[in-house]
Amino acid sequence: MSVRKYSLALVLALLGATTAAQAADKPTDPQIAHIAYTAGAIDVAAARQAIAKSRNKVVVSFAKDMLRDHEAVNKQALALVGKLNVKPEDNATSRALSDAAGKTKAALAKLRGAAFDKAYVANEVAFHQQVNGALQTLLIPSASNAELKGLLETGLKIFQGHGQHAVHVAAELR
Amino acid sequence: MRAEHVLAAAATVMLVATSVPARAETIQVMVDKLVFTPAQVSAKVGDTIEWINRDILAHTATVKGGMEVMIPVKKTVRLTLQKAEAIDYYCRFHPNMKGRITVSAP
Repeated sequence: MSVRKYSLALVLALLGATTAAQAADKPTDPQIAHIAYTAGAIDVAAARQAIAKSRNKVVVSFAKDMLRDHEAVNKQALALVGKLNVKPEDNATSRALSDAAGKTKAALAKLRGAAFDKAYVANEVAFHQQVNGALQTLLIPSASNAELKGLLETGLKIFQGHGQHAVHVAAELR
Repeated sequence: MRAEHVLAAAATVMLVATSVPARAETIQVMVDKLVFTPAQVSAKVGDTIEWINRDILAHTATVKGGMEVMIPVKKTVRLTLQKAEAIDYYCRFHPNMKGRITVSAP
């Protein structure tokens, strides 16, 4: 009980600090929608690249899982922004994500076989960690529309599963 | 179909009906936010498991090296239990999702 209380207090303090620090450039709902959709689209593109390049059954199957889930979530996101009449708005975070993803894709394109598989899966682990961190500390707390927040929370649950799945696949490749 | 065949079929149905002591039940398992709830259920041979998928994602109930039930987006699928056994299943698309059905003799 006391440990739980302590952890909760710690989490709240951390969240408070993060929120205060980012209060100035807290993203708006149109920006949050754009960031979340961009992150999903990046992972879909990465999955397509892996399905085309990899010959490893476990890796291809993982990539197909990513493709299926991220397409489903993004379809849901598009339906939601349509319903809420929110126009996703490009922003610095989305651009930074896209730029980084472009570089990763180019680097992965030069690799083959097991080297490609390992690099793709390692990047999936890192990418999901990064996106989940952003969802937890910034995007979910900043979202003002309840339905958008709900979809982001569902997304976080899904992507945490992906992260763990990716860690598992990475271990298998070793 | 000839009359005696119909009669025979009816007799078979009656026999089956009388040989099952308790009425078969339907046991629901919710699939929501990547969790099977309840994760563990007990059932009898002849009962039906009903997975109700509330997620926006497709799932499966898969036994390693065995059967697989596809659970499409926002759909309900059923499986009638055929024999007494412990079924440990997981979702092939989301391996973190796990469930168990303990099937006992009717």
